[in-house]
Amino acid sequence: MTWKKTIDNLFAMQQFAIRVAQYADKGFTVCLSGELGAGKTTFTQFFGAAIGIDEPINSPTFTIMKLYDDSNLPLVHIDAYRLEGVHEEPSLEDYIFGPYVCVIEWYEHIKGSLPDNYLAIDFMRISETSRELIIKGSGRYETIAKALSH
Amino acid sequence: MIVLAIESSCDETSVSINKDGTTILSNVVLSQIALHAKYGGVVPEIASREHVKGITAVFEESFEKAHIAPEDVDLVAVTEGPGLIGSLLIGINAAKAFALARNIPIIGVHHIAGHVYANAIEAPLEFPLICLVVSGGHTELLKMKSHYHFEKLGETKDDAIGEAYDKIARVLGIGYPGGPAIDERAQAYKKSDRYPMPRVSTDNPYDFSYSGLKSHVINMLNRMRMKGEPLDVDKMCASFQEAAVEHLIQKSLDAVKAVNAKMFLVAGGVAANSLLRARVQETFDFVKVAMPPFEYCTDNAAMIGVAGYYKYITHQKVDTLDMNGRSRLAIE
Repeated sequence: MTWKKTIDNLFAMQQFAIRVAQYADKGFTVCLSGELGAGKTTFTQFFGAAIGIDEPINSPTFTIMKLYDDSNLPLVHIDAYRLEGVHEEPSLEDYIFGPYVCVIEWYEHIKGSLPDNYLAIDFMRISETSRELIIKGSGRYETIAKALSH
Repeated sequence: MIVLAIESSCDETSVSINKDGTTILSNVVLSQIALHAKYGGVVPEIASREHVKGITAVFEESFEKAHIAPEDVDLVAVTEGPGLIGSLLIGINAAKAFALARNIPIIGVHHIAGHVYANAIEAPLEFPLICLVVSGGHTELLKMKSHYHFEKLGETKDDAIGEAYDKIARVLGIGYPGGPAIDERAQAYKKSDRYPMPRVSTDNPYDFSYSGLKSHVINMLNRMRMKGEPLDVDKMCASFQEAAVEHLIQKSLDAVKAVNAKMFLVAGGVAANSLLRARVQETFDFVKVAMPPFEYCTDNAAMIGVAGYYKYITHQKVDTLDMNGRSRLAIE
């Protein structure tokens, strides 16, 4: 089952990220997809700030993974953009399955290294400023996905 | 003093030996670029395995070329971060093994400090200085008041410049890595008209932002495609490159003036960009300017050895065998 939510501007994106952050605990996994410039890193910046990361969060495309472990709820920010065609990436699994909140951009590139259950958000571009989010969740994430669509 | 240096933070396995910092006796670099090219980037698991395969041979070659015996080495310098964890650990473990076997000190070096010190190989640094660091993973302005004292004035709030180049090259379908591809196209475009580009602004005067410029180009391409307008790829490359480089020049100029710098340095892989080099020469004619020679622009252990030497003589402090690799690491 998938749900949809329309985001009209940057402020609405921030509000949405704050709502997702309310569910975050160690082991919480959010997977993001959408074309370049769709808003995945912007969402992650708002989400990270909302779970208490006070350092600047910038793109992890180059190092694939950045770990923010100075706060109570540490964040792992993964960007699998460059891992197209890899499918599995064992060196990331210690982080994906570790005691962190985990955000994975371009998760479709590393499907073989994901947990069974996670929250998935697909960012669809409607116009230059608005996005439609397709929200999915399995296991405990199903009720979260549904709640987030309202 | 003989320093052995190791760099393995991404896709280059490199070992270098220097004498008293800036006399480079050897600098052997084994690159995996061809191996990763089909993925359009570096695959961490493959990178880490290749480092393991290559590091012993790179060590041996570096000693041979330097005409130095292992027992002549006084200090081991190694890249501690930032970088790919699995890759960093191969270099760090090799460094620890060597230091333990020879019973000599080990010192962890920040990868970006290495890029900064690549500039010290040809001419001495003069302080205070401003360094613009531009690469696939970094875009930042550093101030140094003396050897191995760094202050980060600002950095990118989103994408690094090299990453913006790669992503725009991908959207334009002109290949990887994007830096040389866009630079070449932009140079081929001789006309003076440009596609409109936004002026980028950030809260902190020394911060950078490239995600807005990236989105602007993507939006413009979508609009042109929908309207069926023809796209001049060379013109787009020239327009983007000009906006991207001007953003660097403006912020750097402000910083150089604000701290009354004696020297301005450019470090990192994007220092190879032709427009950036030309604009730096034109703009900073009132201070000393240094840009690393091309062979030291990309990752190499020589720069880590130079930085390690200055860190050691400045701070007289070494690391222990507990040292670990870090994906993120503060330079200050």
